[in-house]
Amino acid sequence: MTTTPRWRALTHHHLFWPVAVLVILLLVNVPFTPDFFSIKMTDGHLYGSLVSIVLFGSPLILVAVGMTLVIATGGIDLSVGAVVAITGALTCSYISDQADQSALSGVFLAMGIGLVAAVVCGLWNGFLVARMGIQPIIATLIIMVAGRGVAQLITDGQIITVNSEPYKLIGGGYWLTLPFSIFVVAAVVAVTVALTRRTALGLLVESVGGNAEASRLVGIRSMRIKIMVYVFCALCAGIAGLMISSNTSAADGNNAGLWIELDAILAVVIGGTSLLGGRFSIGGTVVGALVIQTLTTTIYTIGVPTQTNLVFKAAVVIIVCLMQSPKFRAKVFGGRFGTKPGAKGGTGQPAAAQAEPAAATEPAPKMEVS
Amino acid sequence: MSTTTTTKRPPAAESRTPSKAAQLLGDRRLPVLVTAGLFLAMYVVGLSRYQNYGFGEAQVFMNLFIDNGYLLVAAVGVTFVILSGGIDLSVGSVIGFTTMFTAWLVERQGLPILVVIPMALAVGAFGGFLMGYVIHNFEIQPFIVTLAGLFLFRGLCLVISKESISIGDSSVSSMAGAQVSLGAGFLSIGAIVALVVLAVAFYVLHYTRFGRRVYAVGGNEQSAMLMGLPQGGTKIAVYTISGFCSALAGLLFTLYIQSGDPLHATGMELDAIAAVVIGGTLLTGGSGYVIGTLFGVLVLGLIKSLIQFEGTLSSWWTKIATGVLLCAFILIQRAMTARRKT
Amino acid sequence: MAEPQPVLEMTGIVKEFPGVRALSGVDFRLFPGEIHALLGENGAGKSTLIKVLTGVHSLDGGTITLSGTSVRFDSPSQTQQAGISTVYQEVNLCPNLSVAENIFIGREPTRFGRIQWKRLRREAAELVDRLGLDIDVTAPLSSYPLAVQQLVAIVRSVGTGDADGQGAGTKVLILDEPTSSLDRDEVLELFALMRRLKDQGVAILFVSHFLDQIYEICDRMTVLRNGTLVGEHMVSELDQVGLIQLMIGKALDQLEELHDHQLRSDVGESLLQADGVGRVGGVAPFDLEIKKGEVIGLAGLLGSGRTELARLLFGADQPDSGTVTIGGKQVSMSAPNDAISEGVAFCSENRKTEGLVPDLTVRENIILALQASRGWTRPIPVAQRDELVAKYIKALDIRPANPEARVGQLSGGNQQKVLLARWLITQPKLLILDEPTRGIDIGAKAEIQKLVVSLSEDGMAVLYIAAELEEVLRLSHTIGVLRDRKLVAQLANGPEITPTRILETIASGEHQ
Repeated sequence: MTTTPRWRALTHHHLFWPVAVLVILLLVNVPFTPDFFSIKMTDGHLYGSLVSIVLFGSPLILVAVGMTLVIATGGIDLSVGAVVAITGALTCSYISDQADQSALSGVFLAMGIGLVAAVVCGLWNGFLVARMGIQPIIATLIIMVAGRGVAQLITDGQIITVNSEPYKLIGGGYWLTLPFSIFVVAAVVAVTVALTRRTALGLLVESVGGNAEASRLVGIRSMRIKIMVYVFCALCAGIAGLMISSNTSAADGNNAGLWIELDAILAVVIGGTSLLGGRFSIGGTVVGALVIQTLTTTIYTIGVPTQTNLVFKAAVVIIVCLMQSPKFRAKVFGGRFGTKPGAKGGTGQPAAAQAEPAAATEPAPKMEVS
Repeated sequence: MSTTTTTKRPPAAESRTPSKAAQLLGDRRLPVLVTAGLFLAMYVVGLSRYQNYGFGEAQVFMNLFIDNGYLLVAAVGVTFVILSGGIDLSVGSVIGFTTMFTAWLVERQGLPILVVIPMALAVGAFGGFLMGYVIHNFEIQPFIVTLAGLFLFRGLCLVISKESISIGDSSVSSMAGAQVSLGAGFLSIGAIVALVVLAVAFYVLHYTRFGRRVYAVGGNEQSAMLMGLPQGGTKIAVYTISGFCSALAGLLFTLYIQSGDPLHATGMELDAIAAVVIGGTLLTGGSGYVIGTLFGVLVLGLIKSLIQFEGTLSSWWTKIATGVLLCAFILIQRAMTARRKT
Repeated sequence: MAEPQPVLEMTGIVKEFPGVRALSGVDFRLFPGEIHALLGENGAGKSTLIKVLTGVHSLDGGTITLSGTSVRFDSPSQTQQAGISTVYQEVNLCPNLSVAENIFIGREPTRFGRIQWKRLRREAAELVDRLGLDIDVTAPLSSYPLAVQQLVAIVRSVGTGDADGQGAGTKVLILDEPTSSLDRDEVLELFALMRRLKDQGVAILFVSHFLDQIYEICDRMTVLRNGTLVGEHMVSELDQVGLIQLMIGKALDQLEELHDHQLRSDVGESLLQADGVGRVGGVAPFDLEIKKGEVIGLAGLLGSGRTELARLLFGADQPDSGTVTIGGKQVSMSAPNDAISEGVAFCSENRKTEGLVPDLTVRENIILALQASRGWTRPIPVAQRDELVAKYIKALDIRPANPEARVGQLSGGNQQKVLLARWLITQPKLLILDEPTRGIDIGAKAEIQKLVVSLSEDGMAVLYIAAELEEVLRLSHTIGVLRDRKLVAQLANGPEITPTRILETIASGEHQ
C-alpha cells in the first residue's frame, strides 16, 4: 500500500473520522443545493446554509460540551433536557413579569436566576452521584422526570412569550454580521477548553474516568471533580436553555430541549469520547454536534421526508456503537483491528481470561462479594 | 421474615448480625409494602377529601385499571428487563409505533384488526429481540442500544405518517367499548388484558426456571454464568419480552385512544421505569416483584386521578410527584444496597 | 496398608500460552477420602492446573484419568457432570436469591414446567442437614456472612453431582483459597464440613496460603514451582522448613551464595511509627517503626499479609485499630490522601488495576500524583512538567522514551518504571513498593533494585515487598517476617541473618 506516514498520522488523529463524516455530509448537499456553501450578506447579516447549521446547532453544541466532561468521568447526565426547560421557563417568566421587558438589568437578573437554578440542578445530580454513590443514569433520571413538571409549574402550563430586545439577542440576534449565539458557543467552548486543558482539570477528569481505583490511590479527590462536572454540565444546559427560549422568544416547559440529552450523548460518542469514560475531546464533541445538525439539514435539502431523520439517527447510533465495540470488531474484522490494549474490565470474563496468558499465572482478580 | 441463622455464630461475626432495623431495611419485600401502604394512604386521603364528589365509587377504583392498563403492561415488560440488570428506553417509542402501525394497517390498508394484532406483537417482539441480541453479543450498554431503538421506532412512526390516523373501524370501536361487568363496576378489555399479563408475568417470574434465571442474572451475571446458567439467552429473552409487552401496551393504547399518532406515548418509558422503581424493583437488578410494579402503576394512576379530583391542581404536578417519589425510592434502595454490601 | 487406587490421576500435564509454558509435564494424584493441598508461589501453576482440570483451559499434553477411565473436559459444566466440583475464593452465587435456590438454581425440581417450591426447600434443607450444617434455606443468601455463603457454595457443588441432590455424584471437590477471608471460627466450621465430606469418600483438593491450615487439615500435599512438580509428600512426613524450601525453590546453600551484605550508612531518625495497626480480615495488629533512609523488606509467603500491611500504612484500606504517626504527627489514615500529604507513596502490585490509567500517556501518568497533590487549579507549568518528565524518563530509562506514548502499550517493566517515576517526582519520605519486580525482565529488575539502594542512600525510607527472599535480604536493613496474616518478627539484617534463619522464622512463626 502507498500509505505515506503523513496520511497515516492524519487518519489516526482522533478528529479524523468525525471531521470526515461531517465533510462528506456537507458535500452530499452540493448536488441538491448548488449554492450550499455560498454565504450571502443581507441587511448586514450573513445568511447561508453553513451559518444556519451552526446557528441551529448552537444549543446542542453547548449541552454536548458539558455532557462530554460528565461522560469522561464515566457518568452520564439525562437531566439536561429538563434543565434547558427549567432555565428557559424561569428566565422568561421573570422577564415577562417586568414592566419594561427590555430593561437590561431585568434581563441580566432573569438570566442569573435561570442559571442559578441550573447550577442547583447540577449540584443535586453531583451530590447523588458523587456523595451518595448512585448510578449516574438513575440519579439524573430524577430531574429528567420531575424537571419538566417543574418547568411547566413555573410557566403555569402556558407557553410564556416575552418581548425583550436584549434577550432576543442571545438566541436570535446578530452581532458583527453573525448570529450572536455563535459567539456564545465559541466563548463557552473556549472557556471549557481553557478550564480543562489550561488547568489540570482535564487530566484529573480523564484519570477518574479511566481508572477510578488508581485515581483514588494517587490521591485524587474524585468526589469534588465529579460534582464539578455535573454542575458544569447543568450550567451549559442552562445557557442552552436561555438560547432556545431567546430564539423563539418563548418558554415552553413541555417541549423545550426535548430529547436534547439523547442528541448530546450521541454527539459526544460521534466525537470519539468513549461512554466508558476516560479520554475526552471537546473538539470532537463540537464536530459531533455539527454532524447531527448537518444530518438534519441534509435530510431536509436532499428531499428525503424530514420524518426519516430519526431513523437515520438510529442508524448512526448503532453504527458508531458497533464500531466502538471491541467484540464487534473482533467478530467482523477478525484480528485486524484487535482490541484496545488495557481495555476496560479485566473482571475475569472467561473469554478474556482464555485469551490472556497472564491470567493463568496470576490469581484470579477479586470480584466484589456482597 | 426473620433471617435468623442458627448456625453457630462465632463471636467475631457478631458485628455482622444485623440489628432489627437493619434487618427490616434488608428485607426485599419492604419496598413493595411501602408502595402498597403509600397507595392505601393516598386512597384514604382521596376518600376523605373527595367523598362527596364520588371518589368512593367502585368505578373510580376500576378506572385506575382502565386508564392505566397499557402502562401496566409496558411496566411489566420493563420489570423483566430491570430485574435482569438492564434498562429499556425504547418502550414509549414502540408503543407509539404500534398505534401508528395498527391504525395504518386497519384504516389505510383495510386489514381486519384480528390479523393486525399478531403482526404488531411480532414486530414489537422482534425489535426487542434485535436489541437484546446486540446488547448481549456485542457487549454494548443496554442504555445506548435501546436509545437507538427509541429513535428507530419513533422514526418509523413518522415514516408511516406524519399525521394522526383516527380509527373508525367498527370492530375496533366495539372492542374498545366493551365492558366487563364486575358487580359494582366494570373493566374494559384493556384492563382485563393487563391483569392477565400481570398474572402471567408473576407466574413466569416465580414458578419457572426462566423466571429465576432472570433474577440470577440480575443478581450477579458473572456468577450466573459460572453456575452454568444460559445468561446470554436470558438477556435476549428479557428484551424480547419487553418488546412484546410494549407492542401489547401499544395495542391497548390504540384501543383506549382509538387513533394512531406519531407522538403517542412520547416519554412513556420514563413513566414505566418510574412505576417499576416506585414498585420497589432495584434498578441495579436482581431484586423486586412484579406485584410491586402493579402498585407503582396504581400509585402513578392515583396521583393523576387525585389531581383531577382536586380540580385546581394542574397536570404537571403528576410529573413533579412522580419525580419526588422516584427520588425517595432511589434513596431507599441506596440505603438497602449500602447495607447489604457491608 | 495397601495404597488404594487414586480417584483422579493427571499425568504429564502440559499447558502453554503464547510465550509462556505454564505447566510442563506435571503429575498429580488424588485419592478418595483425602484432603490434598496444592501449594506454590505466584506463577507456580496452581491456578492453571485447576483450570486445566476443570475444563476452563484446554489441555496441550498429558492425560487425565477419573476413576480409572481417561477423560477430557471441554467446559466447566462437563467437569461438573463428571463429578468434579469447584468452589472459588470469591463466592460465585447470587446473593439476591434464597439459600435453597442458590443450591438448586438451573436444576430446580419442576412438574409441567412449574417449580415445586416446597420440594425444592425440603430437599435443600435435607441436603444442608445431611452435611451437618444449620442454615435456614429460605433466607436470602445475602443475609449470611461470607463464611456461610462459602459453605452454601460447597453444598451447591456437592449437590450438583446428580439431580436428586444426593451428593453421591461428587467424587472430587476443589476448594480454591476458600479460607482467605474467614476468621478462625469460620475456618473451623469449614474444616468440619470438609472432614464430613472426606468421611463420605469425597476427595478434596485444597488450596490455601495458610501453612497452619495445611498442617491442620491436609493428608497429602503437592508442591509446584515454575510449572513443574517439585514434590508430593504426606503432610506428616515433611516439616514446614522443608515445605517452604520446596516452594521458594532455591536449595538453602544456593541462597547463601547470593546473599552478600551491602549494608549502607546508618539509618536516620524515626519517620513512621505504627502502633497496633490492624484490620479484621487484613492483617493482625502490628507495631512497626520505619526510619529515614531505612529499607524494610517484608518476607513471607504469598497471602501472608504483606500487601495488606502495606495498604494499611498508605490508607488504601482503613485500619480499624491502632495509630500511625508520621514525622511526629498522628495521621488519620481515612483515605490515601492523608498518607500522601505526609509523604508516603505506594506502588501497588496490581499495576493495571490499581496503578496506571492505561488510556493516558506516559507523561500524564507520571505527573498524576504530583498534580493530584497540587489540586486542579494549579497545573504544573508546562516547561517544568516536561523537564521533570524528561528527567525521570532518562533516569529510569523508560522505553520508548516518548512521553506521548500510551502507557497501556508499554511493557511490564516500563510500566513499573512509570509508576516509580510518578511517585519519585513527589519526593516522598517513604516509598512503599509492593512486588515492584514481578513479571518484569531481569534487566529491569536489577535497575529497580539499584534504584532502591540509591534512594535509601539519599535518605528515603523504603518498604520493600518481594516474593524472592534473596531480593529482600540483599536490599533491606530490617526484615519484617509475616506468616498467616501476622507480622511475627522484625530482624535487623546482619551477617547472622541468613535465608535459613528467615525460613525458620516463617515456618515456626515465632520471634527469635
